[in-house]
Amino acid sequence: MPAAEARPAAALRMLEGIGRASARGLAAVGFGATLLSDSVWWIARGRQHGQVVHAAPVFAEMMAIGIRALPIVTLLSATIGLMLALQGIYSLRQFGAEQQVVLGVALGITREFAPLITGILVAGRSGSALAARLGTMTISNEIDALRVMGVNPVRFLVVPSLLALLVMLPCLVLWSELVALGAAGVYVVGELGTTFGVYVQEVNRAVATGDLMHGLGKTAIFAVLIALVGIVDGSAVKGGAEGVGRVTTNAVVHGITAIVFTDMLFVFATTR
Amino acid sequence: MTAATPTTPRPAVIEVDDLVTHYGTRRILDSVSLRVRQGEIMVIMGGSGSGKSTLLRHLLALEKPTSGRISLLGQDITQMDEFELYALARKMGVAFQGGALFSSMTVGENVMLPLQEHTKLDRGTMQIMMRIKLEIVNLAGFEQLMPSELSGGMIKRAAFARAIIMDPALLFCDEPSAGLDPVVSAALDELILRLRNALGMTIVVVTHELESAFRIADRITVLDRGRILATGTVEEIRGSSNPRIQNLLNRRFDEETLDPDEYMKRLTGEGAPAR
Repeated sequence: MPAAEARPAAALRMLEGIGRASARGLAAVGFGATLLSDSVWWIARGRQHGQVVHAAPVFAEMMAIGIRALPIVTLLSATIGLMLALQGIYSLRQFGAEQQVVLGVALGITREFAPLITGILVAGRSGSALAARLGTMTISNEIDALRVMGVNPVRFLVVPSLLALLVMLPCLVLWSELVALGAAGVYVVGELGTTFGVYVQEVNRAVATGDLMHGLGKTAIFAVLIALVGIVDGSAVKGGAEGVGRVTTNAVVHGITAIVFTDMLFVFATTR
Repeated sequence: MTAATPTTPRPAVIEVDDLVTHYGTRRILDSVSLRVRQGEIMVIMGGSGSGKSTLLRHLLALEKPTSGRISLLGQDITQMDEFELYALARKMGVAFQGGALFSSMTVGENVMLPLQEHTKLDRGTMQIMMRIKLEIVNLAGFEQLMPSELSGGMIKRAAFARAIIMDPALLFCDEPSAGLDPVVSAALDELILRLRNALGMTIVVVTHELESAFRIADRITVLDRGRILATGTVEEIRGSSNPRIQNLLNRRFDEETLDPDEYMKRLTGEGAPAR
């Protein structure tokens, strides 16, 4: 009875597959947590062990992650702001309430859209770059070379990226908020026939410090996630150039998933 | 070569005792014991799969052995913590097979990196030291280039320069002549001999290239299937009567005699170790 025997075997294989995948996922999360605690440790105590976190690589990373992302962040933020204003006025017009559009647009941008869009963009730009670099370094023995040179790889490679992301991502988000609100304002002012000054006042009234902090708070979490996912995925590289391509794709997919999922949890925990 | 052979036995700076290692359940090295004396060039030789790369990774403390003792410069590295290993690493240089230069840094920055990480020298001094080492490996003037702009032989030489920048007591070279043409390969051999003669380094070279091994070695250790077949001077290894060593020396394919039952098991996958 080969067919009857095959079914439980297939089910068993599927279960085994799920089990293995879960174990791998759990191991990756554990590795990420270790990297984070190690990074904090090296920042705090590295100097005593002759392993200083140098400023130059941190600034280089800040340049790559933050400054070079400015044009694309600006473009996307302006587009999103404009789009939100369009959609907002369209939907509110159904109740004749288009005067209320500023509230929705301002809160939507500061609490959700700017952090989320910037986070996803940086995950795609810098998370993948981090994974590609870690992957390449792993397969070409560069990580081993660091170790035998007496250089801790976490201190040398992970900490600069982590610090740069923690500083630059919130900055990018603030910039994104400014640009998106500005672009939305241009459309709102034209459509509703008010002035930009009135628009700014309304934005000021709508957005409280708490809303800004809500957006920036989760941005900090996104920054840590992007760094850790990039490094965990990158160091899981197997094989040659093809393997590097695979871990780079993984880093983008995992990074964006982690950001969106964490965003939902964050909103769930802080907003109800 | 014979002129450089020490007349009085010098202290052993690398001592490996009864090293056993596994990858998963597979045994890679089996009771390997080895002594390398100060100022000696020891070549670890063997075919692919002989365990020579694994042995090197253990000597560099990149892997933890199942059992056994590895002592470098009198310190047991299997018992050391991370920080003690980092401290010891300053007295060691490693030239990896593919160079392992950092692709985001220039050749000069690569060579200077250990100085930057471990010393408080000012930049000018570091640059002078870097240029001295590049001069030694015949790469003077190439410090501004990126590793991707170098040829295979130049990458290996740059890796040598980085390995010796801290004037290490121990130098490890992984397959220095693999993938190089005979002329470049001979130049690298010459470089290894010069480093030992001029700076008194103890050098361990892992290679499968016979010609290069015979040219540079004071002593040779032949590894085969995770065990040491023989350790001895070039003459002793050449004169060895061990058939597997002779096969290796004469590049003869070694036909394995196989039990028919074993063969059947292999084909049907029955004897395969559980994953």
